Amino acid sequence: MPDKKFLEFSYFPGCSLETTAKENNRSLYTFCERHNIALKELDDWNCCGSSSTHSIDHDPAKWLPTRNLALAPPGRPLMAACPNCYMRLKLAHMILNQNGDDREEYKRLWGRDFDPDLRIITFFELLSDLAEAGAFETHKPGLKGMRVAAYYGCMLARPPVMRHERNFYGLMEKVLLSLGAEPLKWGYSARCCGTFLAASRPDIAARSVADIMAGAEQVRAECIVTACAMCQMNLEIRSRLPGKTPVFHFSELLALSLGIGGGKGWFRRHLIDPRPLLRARKLIG
Amino acid sequence: MVESDGKNRLGALPDCIEMTETEPGFTTEINRRSGVNVDLCWQCKTCSGGCPFAESMDYHPNQIIRLVQLGVKNAALSSSSIWICVGCHTCSTACPQAIDMAAVMDALRQTAITEGAAIAEPHIHDFHKEVVNSIHRYGRTHKLEIMLRYNLARRNPFADFNLGLRMLQKRKLDLLPSKVRRMPDIRKLFKKKKAASHAG
Ligand code: SF4
Ligand code: SF4
Repeated sequence: MPDKKFLEFSYFPGCSLETTAKENNRSLYTFCERHNIALKELDDWNCCGSSSTHSIDHDPAKWLPTRNLALAPPGRPLMAACPNCYMRLKLAHMILNQNGDDREEYKRLWGRDFDPDLRIITFFELLSDLAEAGAFETHKPGLKGMRVAAYYGCMLARPPVMRHERNFYGLMEKVLLSLGAEPLKWGYSARCCGTFLAASRPDIAARSVADIMAGAEQVRAECIVTACAMCQMNLEIRSRLPGKTPVFHFSELLALSLGIGGGKGWFRRHLIDPRPLLRARKLIG
Repeated sequence: MVESDGKNRLGALPDCIEMTETEPGFTTEINRRSGVNVDLCWQCKTCSGGCPFAESMDYHPNQIIRLVQLGVKNAALSSSSIWICVGCHTCSTACPQAIDMAAVMDALRQTAITEGAAIAEPHIHDFHKEVVNSIHRYGRTHKLEIMLRYNLARRNPFADFNLGLRMLQKRKLDLLPSKVRRMPDIRKLFKKKKAASHAG
């Protein structure tokens, strides 16, 4: 479709997609290309701070995300792949918007004026727009009736100052439905995966993960799909159930529904091998 | 059921809070640091009902707020709850008073560190330190090094060894870090903090 104009976004992949979840990053690019969306990776981006920095170090936590805002060229929305990075970036932008002293400090630090109008979005906002436009109807071969439990984790919960931001609960199910999958109703779609407790108190995180995985088994899900790369990893590494339900990144299912994914090496990187399922469903060769 | 250390593990506050242990000014300090007015909390316990990790905490989230309201500084700063809270905001979403619990927990943790309080969950603290060090060093997180250094810090070099191997095998852990090019940008954010805390 060479006549179609590309929609351009500045793109913030974040540490997970850059390293442990490369398959998330690549499938996201693949999907976007198919929809004529150009992702321009933010040049020299830095970590948004993740949960550890704001846990123990107030100042770097406050200012780390602002450097990324300053790197974003004007005139293009900034899109974050990970819901948590999005929250850090957006929160930093809101604080700067409200506070003149902080804007002065921003200028001193990064040598440029703060852009109060910079639009910051998550990948899910883009998905929502595409869903509105009926973009998924064209996805062939679709997901062939696969039974999927959509997992949002704490992407749905935000600090009170962000209460009025858009929320995308139900969006994954809606998209899955138009991709020909069978999205399931289940009780654990918003239960937190444990974030850093998966590393520092695995006993606690494992209990949470066990509930989530058992919840998926209960509704006979063939797989779980997550909105966040860290959730995906935590569900995989801390699952102790013998059944081992595969866990996908949402972007992987989007690519699979376009018939892309086999031979890309994405699924080899999963700790719970999804390939037997995908072969059985004839989604990969 | 009050256990031998006097803390109640089943969710109610200890029968009695020693008000002699209160410190006036603590409430104000935490309000200032967190930007939250904890006195707005009316102890409805909705937060604790929804918190996915409340059962692993020594004080439930609403109890932590109560300790802050009453100024029971030591109990609040040395509780495990402030470390186990992951800041997922599940509680704040349901709180009728829009208390930003994660911000209160952040403020308590940071106060516990600056005031040298007893740290109830040293492993969690060590892990955060390694993540922050990694960001300080590279501008991004380098997971393999974080795992190795964290294991060394808690003198358990072989913890999660099999998991680490599987992740390496699956190429989920890169040997070399992904780095920011203009590192002075990052370093100045960490220096800034030191300068500020010396001044304060
Ligand atoms: S939900 Fe809000 S008002 Fe209710 S106890 Fe918790 S913090 Fe207080
Ligand atoms: S933010 Fe903390 S206290 Fe609130 S629900 Fe999450 S873990 Fe529990």
